[in-house]
Amino acid sequence: MNTKGYLDMELLRFTTAGSVDDGKSTLIGRLLYDSKSIFEDQLEAVEEASRSRGNEEVNLALLTDGLRAEREQGITIDVAYRYFATPKRKFIIADTPGHVQYTRNMVTGASTADLAIILIDARNGVVEQTIRHSYIASLLEIPHIAVCINKMDLVDFSEECFNAIKEKYIQMAKKIHIKADLFFIPISAKYGDNVVTDSENMPWYNKGTLMNLLETISIEHKSGGDEQPMRFPVQYVIRPISDKYPDYRAYAGRLSGGVLHVGDSVRVLPSGLETSVKAIMEADKMMETAHTPESVSVLLNDDIDISRGDFLVKTNDKQPKISQNISMMCCWFNETEMQNRKKYVIKNTVAETIGIVQSIDFKVDINTLEKMEGVSSLKMNDIAQVTIKTANPMVFDAYENNRTTGSLIFIDPDSFETVGAGMIIE
Amino acid sequence: MSYKLTHLKELEAESIYVLREVAAQFEKPAILFSGGKDSIVVTYLAYKAFFPAKIPFPLVHIDTGHNFQETLEYRDNLVKKIGAQLIVGSVQESIDTGRVKEEKGYNASRNRLQTTTLLDTIEKYKFDACIGGARRDEEKARAKERFFSHRDEFGQWNPKNQRPELWNIFNGKKNMGEHFRVFPISNWTEMDVWQYIYQEKIELPSIYFTHERRCFQRDGQWLAAEPCMTLKPTEEVVTLKVRCRTIGDISCTGLTISEAHTLEDIIEEIAATRVTERGGRADDKRSETSMEDRKKEGYF
Ligand SMILES: Nc1nc2c(ncn2[C@@H]2O[C@H](COP(=O)(O)OP(=O)(O)OP(=O)(O)O)[C@@H](O)[C@H]2O)c(=O)[nH]1
Ligand SMILES: [Mg+2]
Repeated sequence: MNTKGYLDMELLRFTTAGSVDDGKSTLIGRLLYDSKSIFEDQLEAVEEASRSRGNEEVNLALLTDGLRAEREQGITIDVAYRYFATPKRKFIIADTPGHVQYTRNMVTGASTADLAIILIDARNGVVEQTIRHSYIASLLEIPHIAVCINKMDLVDFSEECFNAIKEKYIQMAKKIHIKADLFFIPISAKYGDNVVTDSENMPWYNKGTLMNLLETISIEHKSGGDEQPMRFPVQYVIRPISDKYPDYRAYAGRLSGGVLHVGDSVRVLPSGLETSVKAIMEADKMMETAHTPESVSVLLNDDIDISRGDFLVKTNDKQPKISQNISMMCCWFNETEMQNRKKYVIKNTVAETIGIVQSIDFKVDINTLEKMEGVSSLKMNDIAQVTIKTANPMVFDAYENNRTTGSLIFIDPDSFETVGAGMIIE
Repeated sequence: MSYKLTHLKELEAESIYVLREVAAQFEKPAILFSGGKDSIVVTYLAYKAFFPAKIPFPLVHIDTGHNFQETLEYRDNLVKKIGAQLIVGSVQESIDTGRVKEEKGYNASRNRLQTTTLLDTIEKYKFDACIGGARRDEEKARAKERFFSHRDEFGQWNPKNQRPELWNIFNGKKNMGEHFRVFPISNWTEMDVWQYIYQEKIELPSIYFTHERRCFQRDGQWLAAEPCMTLKPTEEVVTLKVRCRTIGDISCTGLTISEAHTLEDIIEEIAATRVTERGGRADDKRSETSMEDRKKEGYF
């Protein structure tokens, strides 16, 4: 690989999902192994660890299950991030746990993914965790889902078995309104069939390997596109107060939608004051344009009061919502239940306010996918539609239009733990 | 729509975003500066994040007393150049005041002792966020770490119960006495770091490039024959052309035999290598979970 080629690569972030023991960690190990992304000392360490646990073969899951407790129990507890590159792309993998107790870690890994690999054990088909994780992936608006029917070696590489599970999944996907484009691949993570190389055991399948999909799937959604409304949450105000820069004042932040040009007229929210862009800086470099998701600082033509958490938006773009009443789909993470009328710290982009739970509109039964009304609290791993009222007006978009400005977290005001996640509904 | 975002640009944007979050959310943050390439890149990113203002954090160096001279010179020059404050926590002082006990024997290392000095320094200056250059691709326990990693009042990490970290919303709230470790380049690989150094023309300590050095071999790896190392009678000193792939305390920094003079040479060498950079570090080889164990205690 030459230096230049490497500098130009694109990045795909993907996550694994699916029930306990469906083979997520083994699959990641297999991807790394077959793409020759494992170093000799790592492989030796994993071989040694497999031997000392009495495994006959090398346990590829140990490449990501790195914690002592994970190795003792043979399960994944928290997300492991792994990295590899092919000549075509660079990848960031989040290998997440399947166990329902650790759903919050699955959501952590999946929240930034461009693609989710959902594993299904061919012997068990679609189970409750498959549905839960698929539902979460769809709430998170992950644009692509690769459903990998795994352990095909244990069902004689049967095409009927694959088709039956695929049908079942498609029905379920309709019920939970999955908008992502779906791909179905029969694999054996353990033996490598259709992971990086085509399977000789499944001549009936000819739609390409998982690796092929990862290398070619479109990631255009990332930079948002020129059509997307520009969003710039102000993160930090840069004021050097030095002899060289006595009156310098720049607004630092990361573009969270669309494109910003020098000269654009912008509106500050929530105040509504208007001005225009004087300069865009990337450290000491002057830029004409900034794209999503670049980190830049912006100088404006008028002196107006702007602080952390305020938004800059273009005056002629579709405007974000400004409101104190916010409805969302919410995943609850904590042993301490969410209570109606309880107050939480709410964080959306970099803005922070207090929010009180106004109503829990309905809870979703993961087995039947029905809406249950009349609930007054949420337990760990519950998914529900919730409405909150905030102390200050919040600036936001619907999550389906913008994953950055449409997301928020709940922080417990006593323990300071992150206890829930919300995806805002229009 | 033809704009194409390169992976280095995306990683840089993410890291700068994290650094600005630290400045906004904490009262007394600091950069843990080891003099290695990763903390150099983090410091460079901080310079970019706040330009033209100065970096709003001091650099903290935990000095084991067993440093390569080149690292110390580089550190002092950098601090002068960017006008940053330097704070040094000395492991020697922790030994002299009886806070820790020096290990004995040939494999003695001050690496683990650094944890006490680090935690003492954090407490003395009341740092509430310590920014480190650790990357998830370095080691299997690090692969599990959050960007904002919470530490209890004993400085300990609890890998079984980390806070969920969603999207790019970082929760830096904590109780008195607790602190955070923050890792802005979590998602970078060793190759990304070298490519970025090359792209941005970042200056590095000379020991990253090939040079002649007196070395000896122990447990299959080359170490520097510096005065602080006790050689076994069977260990022979030879002069070789070597370079460092990672820089730590002398006692645990393995040397690579190399002819790499330039960053292009290094990138080519890394692309062809079959061992990880920490494959050369004695401190990781002590047991299967030695990094996890050290991190739980409060190590970097
Ligand atoms: N026969 C066969 N066994 C497999 C295959 N893939 C995984 N396994 C086995 O299934 C078991 C569970 O695999 P893991 O990769 O740990 O499962 P996981 O989905 O990561 O589990 P959690 O992370 O705990 O949710 C292990 O014993 C694997 O060896 C496969 O393709 N064929
Ligand atoms: Mg697993």
